[in-house]
Amino acid sequence: MEKIYTRPNALNKSVSGYCPGCMHSTITKITAQVIDELGIGERTVCVLPVGCGTLGALYWNLDMVISAHGRAPAVATGVKRVSPDSVVFTYQGDGDLASIGLSEIMHAANRGENYTVLFINNSIYGMTGGQMAPTTLVGQKTTTTPGGRNPDTDGFPMKMAELIAQLTSPVYVARFAVNTPAYINKAKEGIRKAFQNQLDGKGFSLVEILSNCPTTWGMSPIDTLSYINDNTLAEFPLGVFKDREEEQS
Amino acid sequence: MEQIFMKGCEAIAETAIRAGCRFFAGYPITPQNEMPEYMSRALPRVGGTFVQGESEVASVNMVYGAAAAGTLAMTSSSSPGISLKSEGISHLAGARLPSLIVNVMRAGPGMGTIQPAQNDYFQASKASGHGGFRTITFVPGTLQEAVDLTYLAFEYAVRDHNPVILAPDGFIGAIMEPVTLPDFKEIPETPDWAAIGYGKRGHINLIKSGGATEAEQQEINESAAKLYERWTREDVMVEAYHTEDAEYVFAAYGTSGRICKSAVDELRDRGIKAGLIRPITISPFPYNAFKNLDDTRVKYIIDVEMAIPAQMIEDVKMGVEGKIPIETVLSSGGNIIRTSDIIQKTEALVKEG
Repeated sequence: MEKIYTRPNALNKSVSGYCPGCMHSTITKITAQVIDELGIGERTVCVLPVGCGTLGALYWNLDMVISAHGRAPAVATGVKRVSPDSVVFTYQGDGDLASIGLSEIMHAANRGENYTVLFINNSIYGMTGGQMAPTTLVGQKTTTTPGGRNPDTDGFPMKMAELIAQLTSPVYVARFAVNTPAYINKAKEGIRKAFQNQLDGKGFSLVEILSNCPTTWGMSPIDTLSYINDNTLAEFPLGVFKDREEEQS
Repeated sequence: MEQIFMKGCEAIAETAIRAGCRFFAGYPITPQNEMPEYMSRALPRVGGTFVQGESEVASVNMVYGAAAAGTLAMTSSSSPGISLKSEGISHLAGARLPSLIVNVMRAGPGMGTIQPAQNDYFQASKASGHGGFRTITFVPGTLQEAVDLTYLAFEYAVRDHNPVILAPDGFIGAIMEPVTLPDFKEIPETPDWAAIGYGKRGHINLIKSGGATEAEQQEINESAAKLYERWTREDVMVEAYHTEDAEYVFAAYGTSGRICKSAVDELRDRGIKAGLIRPITISPFPYNAFKNLDDTRVKYIIDVEMAIPAQMIEDVKMGVEGKIPIETVLSSGGNIIRTSDIIQKTEALVKEG
């Protein structure tokens, strides 16, 4: 019989410690599938953030570097510049990338570093227990916005894909979701493209993936799917914000 | 060997390249801009990489990445910039990544001034970031010494799997002196532990600056402590100048050290038996050089620093163990210590008897 589904080689056999229903598992899986399908595992370096994504250190079957909080794009710059044959990607959450690491991501994107950024945006700080992130929705309750995010004092959700797409250097900037099977398939193709661009030496690609956090959102996993549909997608529209390939064709 | 007339920052940069450094990231700050500028010209010529980081924080983390991928890497900055880099220095030490950090020290605290000072002694020797790590920290007194120590710094970084700090004061970074440069080292193969993709290795490499468990973190700390302990036995560097019969012994490093040397010569011309203990490593500190002083002969130790309040004096006290009185001659704010102030102070002490 033909084997049509198996655990990707880019992941080890550990049992995931992500919370039940957390989409990190899905995003990690489809990324690992892409790495397998492109046949690049043995030369890939995963640069991990600080946040829930750091747990990836327990699951990726890849060479890895764990960064200081927010600094993954700077660390990845160092790795890729001295080892250009390595395939380098960062895997960062929204606190890591959009708050403390805002400077590092903007400047790596602006330099057009030839690597891939996976930005997992679940609108909250998961690892530290559910504080407000730059991407928290207006009105969303967190442990540091008990009355809901108030734009008068807390500002509005930051749209990183749109911000980065304004820069000249990036070659591919897109936002996907993974709360339906169709969205998962699209996200996987976006991740594939972001890696392929690097393999082709084209430059900086960023894929933002809208995710959930059942634990700190205080919802059952199934309810987070409709929450994303009804609320997150209204604030963070899906789409390709920049694709140099299409601009040129 | 051919001597070249070079500026301090440029001599350090050129030596780093000769020592095998192939990655530099830095952010502009006075008084060390000649170092990144030199690297931006010179590194690409040898197939190396220069990146102007968007901040000190980014720069040191680029060094972390380059070092994690097995390339000898360095960054440089000056006092306020080193504070920003301290996060990254701690991570380099936590992950035990070979690297060099150069702090061309200016006056502080805060913005301070851009002029030479030695206000970063504690930071450079004891607490260059959170978490209680140590580095070997060199404090050159001449440009030739800066060259020799830069070369040695990379050897020690590789030997120990640890960052090394070179902390010349701004004066050493800015002056020009003739130097003899070392030969170019052959660039070694990428080490087995580097994160570049597992390839044919058969196992993955994970570069991290923390333990996965309490037990692992304690093991990491214990292993580092053993290394630091070994330095105190094997890697202390100190110059003792005319201390064999000295009654007045200066304790000074870097620019203060070279000024004290002139003071020793002049005082000896005037018949006063002066000497100098000049630490070349401030971590590990040469405690024994002070401990071994004959307290029946040495009347005073005079701690000379371009830092107010004095900082190295704390280590000098630990070495002296209360057996010899300690006086100070200090300046700060970017004022260079004057030989005349040192001589005046010593002569006053002589008069007191």
